[in-house]
Amino acid sequence: MKRERIELYKKKAKNTWNLYKASTMGMIGLFILISFIIVALFAPWLEPYDPYKIGEQKDIMKPPTREHLFGTDELGRDILSGVIIGSRVSLLVGLFATLISMVIGSIVGLLSGFYGKTIDAILMRITDIFLVIPFLPLMIVLAALLGPSLWNIIFVIGIDGWPSTARVVRSQVLSIKERQFILRLRALGASDYRIMMKHISPNIFSLIFANTILTIAVSILSEAVLSFLGLGDPLHISWGTQLHFAFESGAAGLGAYWYLLPPGIAIVLVVLGFTLMGYAFDEILNPKLRER
Amino acid sequence: MVDRMAKKKYLLVKCGQTLFTIFIVLTLNFFLFRVMPGDPARTLIHNPRISPEIIANLEKVFGLDKPLYMQYLYYLKNMITGNMGMSFAFRRPVADIIADKMGNTILLVGVATVLSIAIGIFIGVIAAYKRGSRIDIGALAFSLFMWAMPAFWLGIIMVIVFSIYFRAFPTSGITIPGYSHDSFFDLAKDVAHHMFLPTITLALVLLGEYFLIMRNTLIDVLTEDFIMTARAKGLSDARILQKHALKNALLPMVTIIAISLGFIVAGAIEVETVFSWPGLGRLIYESLRNRDYPILEGVFAIVSICVIIANFASDLLYAYIDPRVKT
Repeated sequence: MKRERIELYKKKAKNTWNLYKASTMGMIGLFILISFIIVALFAPWLEPYDPYKIGEQKDIMKPPTREHLFGTDELGRDILSGVIIGSRVSLLVGLFATLISMVIGSIVGLLSGFYGKTIDAILMRITDIFLVIPFLPLMIVLAALLGPSLWNIIFVIGIDGWPSTARVVRSQVLSIKERQFILRLRALGASDYRIMMKHISPNIFSLIFANTILTIAVSILSEAVLSFLGLGDPLHISWGTQLHFAFESGAAGLGAYWYLLPPGIAIVLVVLGFTLMGYAFDEILNPKLRER
Repeated sequence: MVDRMAKKKYLLVKCGQTLFTIFIVLTLNFFLFRVMPGDPARTLIHNPRISPEIIANLEKVFGLDKPLYMQYLYYLKNMITGNMGMSFAFRRPVADIIADKMGNTILLVGVATVLSIAIGIFIGVIAAYKRGSRIDIGALAFSLFMWAMPAFWLGIIMVIVFSIYFRAFPTSGITIPGYSHDSFFDLAKDVAHHMFLPTITLALVLLGEYFLIMRNTLIDVLTEDFIMTARAKGLSDARILQKHALKNALLPMVTIIAISLGFIVAGAIEVETVFSWPGLGRLIYESLRNRDYPILEGVFAIVSICVIIANFASDLLYAYIDPRVKT
């Protein structure tokens, strides 16, 4: 029985991959993502200098040279090395913040859609309130009060992203729970927990998958903004903190394009990569869109 | 008659929900700033550089010597009467400072939003109409690219290109510092000159979303049966677009604009920070740098309430223009 199920999933995954391969957008996104994952994994071997090492007086705010391909910052640190190590923070925050959003959003959406009535009314009221509070001010307040650390940033972004997931999951659960096979399971006496975990969850998983990938893109952008505003972890270089220090040291006024361009381009590329992948999966997994 | 009653009920329900949401946000604000680690009021009181009179005053204003639920009631009373405490850094009432900056933010956000909606709808209509054309693909790619770009970074690039390289626009502020303007016209010209780059930056950031929504809803509408009927009647393309399709496609835009308010606020905070625009967004950035928590608390409350009320307004507008809304 179990073996058959694994075979089925394998077949499904293969079908999805075949459709995915045909999408140019999706393949570009995947290529960008794989490149950045490689950079993040092998950062210590790829970076030409220690990104935290403060340089000598003569090496401060220098344009690109052969020794420093992307130049140096206001403390004489090598910018290329900073951009390389910064990929770790971006991907880490993107993944973990999205995980928090997805877990909270899925639980709220499942309970709300499955039980309906009072539970649904209460949970959806809370969700609506969260949706209407402007997200960046809320993140700023939470990050400022919790203090700057990587895990606080992850928590703050994760706690902000769940309401939209909850809504998506709820609407899917509502349509699935009325289907024949669920009604039959109920008649057979399956417990609520079992129906939710074994039979409803796998069905919504494919539908929220694209949404998950798009949430990673949003989370990475949020990290960049919070770090730019000075709320980032001072002990870890990220693209956002690089841009924060560039801005604070007046790099724009000095015309220090080498300091301002690389971290920003890295953010745009990674976000673009996840977004392209998200759209590609959306087209494959939500076939209603495909007809358009 | 029945219809009017239903609408009245809808209004009352929405009104109640809005007030409840504002109450929840104020409560959240209270607990965040009082109960979380680094409670700002308490930190201030433990600061040895602050004179005993100020501490006594603070304790009275915030009711810090009272139990938590009393503090909460004090806080609600203070919020209703507009007493949001004193700024640490400016040594002025928070409410006054916010009132000073609010107009500048509304000016920037208002112009940028109207601009981005107008351009977004315009390009969206063209793209939907010429679906699959080079214009459509180009606009799609552009909006995707804009979406992936942090607003603050776009602002920095604009400064480098237009202020530093071409020297066409000032890098920051709202007027030339220390310059006295002879007339209102002179002042308006100066403000417009300073406003240009931040407005364009914010409009570019917001543009993509409005364009995409307009394009997709219009494509949906154009494939519906009644458009087919209109076509079969022999109506011209321009007439179908104007009389039948646009009206139906503009309806969802009202809700979309309300949903995008969060993005508008986020964009404004980033753009104001980069261009030192003296509005609420820049105020947030400065309050973070100065650890000026009363300001942060006040701005968070005001901005949230504004967004909640704007959402309410959009619900009303939607009920007014869409005859199907009855409950």
